[in-house]
Amino acid sequence: MERIPILRMGDLLLVTIQVDMHDRLAMQLQDDLTERIVSDSAKGVLIDISALDLVDSFIGRMISNTAAMARVLDARTVVVGMQPAVAITLVELGLTLHGVKTALNVEKGMALLGKSYR
Amino acid sequence: MIDAHTDAVQFETHLLDHRRQYRTGRVTLRLRSDEDVVGLRKQVRERAVTLALSLVDQTKLVTAASELARNTIKYGGGGEVHLDALDDGMRKGIGLLFVDAGQGIPDIGNALRDGFTTGGGLGLGLGGSKRLVDEFDIDSRPKEGTAVLIIKWKR
Repeated sequence: MERIPILRMGDLLLVTIQVDMHDRLAMQLQDDLTERIVSDSAKGVLIDISALDLVDSFIGRMISNTAAMARVLDARTVVVGMQPAVAITLVELGLTLHGVKTALNVEKGMALLGKSYR
Repeated sequence: MIDAHTDAVQFETHLLDHRRQYRTGRVTLRLRSDEDVVGLRKQVRERAVTLALSLVDQTKLVTAASELARNTIKYGGGGEVHLDALDDGMRKGIGLLFVDAGQGIPDIGNALRDGFTTGGGLGLGLGGSKRLVDEFDIDSRPKEGTAVLIIKWKR
């Protein structure tokens, strides 16, 4: 089955979403990330959405849920790289990604997670 | 791609004839699965790029299309969407008409309110989509079906 790869770097999990996600794929990613947080004892999750040209309510909810589940499992989540047009659309749609930390790019996201890989 | 008249969707709505005088190049897509939603997003994006909508307007239209296509599948039991190129002589636009033959929406006023959901979602689909487009029209009848029309004009 189609899956979005999750990379581990130290105690971080990294995900770059580079495909137009259908709903099942989004749910699969949420489940996979939650399992990997536990199995890899991850402390942080960085989700790069710079290649996504659309975040609708389903994908937005997946991101919020993943962040909430990660928090319960003692890991922090940062979403990085949201395109400006996507941000404008999300807010007008009524989604605020409440409780989700965001950063403009991967480097700033890493800094938020307390990591530096310079 | 299918011919509108061969599909099972029977719901007759006045929205089907809406703006008939302005529209050309109607293409009809079936909406049954998650993959159909992704296919529609791609088609709408291509049309929006061809019409040279701004990037923000492209994103708004594709997002609204994604929300409404999901509604058609999840609440309407599947259906179809008609994509139209619109030109009223003053401006050009894109029209999308979603039609299903599902249970219908008992209370449209409620359904348009943010946070209202019967399907466990966020309840942003209908009301949110309305905010993302220039024109929004809905026709729904209990046990017959639902049709939703959205239009985005080029600024």
